[in-house]
Amino acid sequence: MNGEELTEQETALYDRQIRVWGVDAQRRLSKSHILVSGLTGTVVEFCKNIVLAGVGSLTLNDDRPVTTELLSANFLIPPDESVYREKPLAELCCDSLKDFNPMVRVSVQKGDLSSFDVHFFDKFDAVVVSSCSLNTKKSVNEKCRKSSKRVAFYSVDCRDSCGELFVDLQDYTYSKKKIDEMTECRLQFPSFEEAIAVPWRSLPGRLSKLYFAMRVIERFEELEGRKPGQTSAADLPNVLNLRKELCEAHSLSESQMPDALIERLLAGTREFPPVCAIVGGILGQEVIKAICGKGDPIKNFFFFDAMDGKGIIEDIAKRNNEAEQFQIGCLEGCLEVD
Amino acid sequence: MATEQQLSAIKGSKVLMVGAGGIGCELLKTLALSEFQDIHIIDMDTIEVSNLNRQFLFRQSHVGQSKAKVARDAVLKFRPNISITPYHANVKDPDFNVDFFKRFSVVLNGLDNLDARRHVNRLCLAAGVPLVESGTTGFLGQVTVHVKGRTECYECQPKPAPKTYPVCTITSTPSKFVHCIVWAKDLLFAKLFGDKNQENDLNVRSSDASGSSEPAEDVFERKKDEDVEEYGRRIYDHVFGHNIEVALSNEDTWKKRNKPRPIYIKDVALAEVIQQNGNLDKVPVSTDPLSVSAMTTIGLKNPQDVWSLAENSRVFLEALKLFFLKRGKEIGNLSFDKDDQLAVEIVTAAANIRASSFGIPLHSLFEAKGIAGNIVHAVATTNAVIAGLIVIEAIKVLQDDVRNYRMTYCLEHPSRKMLLMPVEPFEPNKSCYVCSETPLTLEINTSRSKLRDFVEKIVKAKLGMSQPMIMHGHALLYEVGDGLEEDMATTYAANLEKVLAQLPSPVTGGTVIMVEDLQQELTCTINIKHREEFDGEKEPDGMILSGLTEALVQKNDEASKENGASTSNVSETVSVEAEEDDELQILPAVSGLAGKKRKLPDNANSSNSDLSGVIDETKIPRKAIDREDSEAVVVLDGNGERKKKRGQ
Repeated sequence: MNGEELTEQETALYDRQIRVWGVDAQRRLSKSHILVSGLTGTVVEFCKNIVLAGVGSLTLNDDRPVTTELLSANFLIPPDESVYREKPLAELCCDSLKDFNPMVRVSVQKGDLSSFDVHFFDKFDAVVVSSCSLNTKKSVNEKCRKSSKRVAFYSVDCRDSCGELFVDLQDYTYSKKKIDEMTECRLQFPSFEEAIAVPWRSLPGRLSKLYFAMRVIERFEELEGRKPGQTSAADLPNVLNLRKELCEAHSLSESQMPDALIERLLAGTREFPPVCAIVGGILGQEVIKAICGKGDPIKNFFFFDAMDGKGIIEDIAKRNNEAEQFQIGCLEGCLEVD
Repeated sequence: MATEQQLSAIKGSKVLMVGAGGIGCELLKTLALSEFQDIHIIDMDTIEVSNLNRQFLFRQSHVGQSKAKVARDAVLKFRPNISITPYHANVKDPDFNVDFFKRFSVVLNGLDNLDARRHVNRLCLAAGVPLVESGTTGFLGQVTVHVKGRTECYECQPKPAPKTYPVCTITSTPSKFVHCIVWAKDLLFAKLFGDKNQENDLNVRSSDASGSSEPAEDVFERKKDEDVEEYGRRIYDHVFGHNIEVALSNEDTWKKRNKPRPIYIKDVALAEVIQQNGNLDKVPVSTDPLSVSAMTTIGLKNPQDVWSLAENSRVFLEALKLFFLKRGKEIGNLSFDKDDQLAVEIVTAAANIRASSFGIPLHSLFEAKGIAGNIVHAVATTNAVIAGLIVIEAIKVLQDDVRNYRMTYCLEHPSRKMLLMPVEPFEPNKSCYVCSETPLTLEINTSRSKLRDFVEKIVKAKLGMSQPMIMHGHALLYEVGDGLEEDMATTYAANLEKVLAQLPSPVTGGTVIMVEDLQQELTCTINIKHREEFDGEKEPDGMILSGLTEALVQKNDEASKENGASTSNVSETVSVEAEEDDELQILPAVSGLAGKKRKLPDNANSSNSDLSGVIDETKIPRKAIDREDSEAVVVLDGNGERKKKRGQ
């Protein structure tokens, strides 16, 4: 562990959060590098959180031009066309984010996320993607896993007033407080591709309906060649047909992804700021915990639905290697048994 | 995404935010993005550096400015066409009366103290305006909804009462570091630098107190022309050496306890540290009194380090010296301020030396400051999550969507897979003296307790009234307010000093008193029951108010029970209030207290019948209530007031 002290300025600024996670963790944060791609309202919230926390650097990737829809959940950009016209989203957000914490290096990375190679992702400690096609999500996740050092991968998607967060920390060792002492734990995370490949009928009962609904819509977008989020209520009949097919293939009841829920998710293309704040906040906490190597991470999905107000963690992974799971699990019994 | 119906309700609403701090900044931003058009915001604070890690609407250049105003300016930048009205004021100001509150569709609290929360609760009840309450600490947070007549009010369920420490624990038998901090801050620091006329228990001994014929004040007075360093050493030896020896002389106290050891300057290896002395000349003269520092003079740079006894001693002496040499004018008027570097240093050092004496582990300046300054740890993410949840509830309130109101808990560790756990609100508590105006009963010795005691300990402290009016039938016994006629004011002043039974309209057993706060529009009926004796230890106030929704009993320091030796001073307790930053009020699982039991909204969880709509305590970290390390410590007398001035 690098013995650099925090500067007096950092100690004063970060006092309150150092009291939460300690000086060591703060030091680790200050050396970390984060990449985000897809500056949705939720990701913008995440960026604010992570910059305030004092990471070393934050790299933004989103070449899209500003639209009124993108502005609706974005508090970084003044709604002045003369300011934002002809500038890509990332650049505008970058300028504002720097203001939140001058000690964090915020920069822009242009280009298509799917075109970057493994080497590119190597530079980062954590990668967060949003509003990203299924293929890109999978491929970026794989590149993170191929890297020689562990690159944490997160994907976050909000539709209507719901949010889904996916976490992949690969082979993850961390510490946590148990009663009065620190214990070490270890978890194995599946990749996104591995997780969604788990047959639906072998998943635990009473799994969040959002999981299935999101998978159906995701598949729909993939089949139709849609951009992420490019759906509407008019797509409902086709999506329901797809649901039927998928449920038959998985031997799962269609009631696991109700019509009403699917309709909401299809029609709700505009982000809901309170959900952005909530999911962006949870994501922020996750990334901070992972960088600090402290505290139980979410393993491996998190769902929020404003309609019922629940924020639920689901563990979606292959169950056939039960023995392996227990071996790899926490030394001191940190592993939660279903 | 907000529906048409929701949007229309939002756009037509007028919202009041109380607090523009950690939760406030996040909330204002989210409200603006959610298309709220008319927002009013009250906050009495100004911006400090330590706010900037999470109150993201503020910048370094804003330090010292009004939070409400700066927050508004920042939000207008990305939503220029909405109306935000800031008030740089205390929400308890009479200006914010029931009529003011009535103007709003909903009130959203982002406060950091219980007192203000109770006040706002009462005003919302009086105005008939729904209230969305919230709080955060570290990774924990919660949002609750309060609608008069439909749900519990904020005071229907007990809130953690301020932690109290018996005076004897502080003055004679500390067993935890926090006791040493309280001693250093509220006794030693106050004695050295505070108002000389204040009563101070510093020289209280655990032995027979009446034997104290020694004029204690003389010891602390710096003699004319006495060398500052000489004075410092004299004080050191007195409080850490002599006073401990005196305490040791009472054998009884130490029968079941480890004896402290007296510490004298001559015993402490100051030699190597003393070499630093003289560096004072090389330290650049600072014009800012708050930045003068003993630590840096001595060469101790890291606030996270735990100093040795010698280092602590050196800091103590150096800080004392610096106070006299650089800030002499303030002496006699100083009170502890966590942002006063030198004050924090001397309190840390003194607490550590005392801790060393009593075999209690020493702490770093960083830790000591947290305890002494009641600092609540806080991060941006929790506030952001809570803000989002507040807005979701606010939108439901605007639509009168009663069945969907939820109390939502943001947990650090998931409970039944949930990190965000919604619970249905309870119906109002029929025994709540605030929203159900149920009468209370007071047991008191009407021949011994004065009206003043009743006002301070019951009306203000327990009932949370700030501008009370007390009536016995038609007789006005007491009231507060501007514009009181002189003869009334005189009568009230006289009444305060009378015992209850001797009041112009005598209050004895069986009397019914009405206590009212006009601003809060709260009336309490109190049935008086005369009682001769009270247990000095368990009932130190000499009054018992029942019918209140009392908070869970705080753990009493075991030492106090065993301390048979202490006498008159056991009757006082030092109370402690968690302040600063955002405070979490976790609702404990209280059985039999709440009204109707409600099942949880999710059928999947119906097997947990023990929950009954109340949070399962075993699964929620109790950090906010049982914080040992960062315990809030403010020594006041039992009523939250400064102790009486001597000779007045």
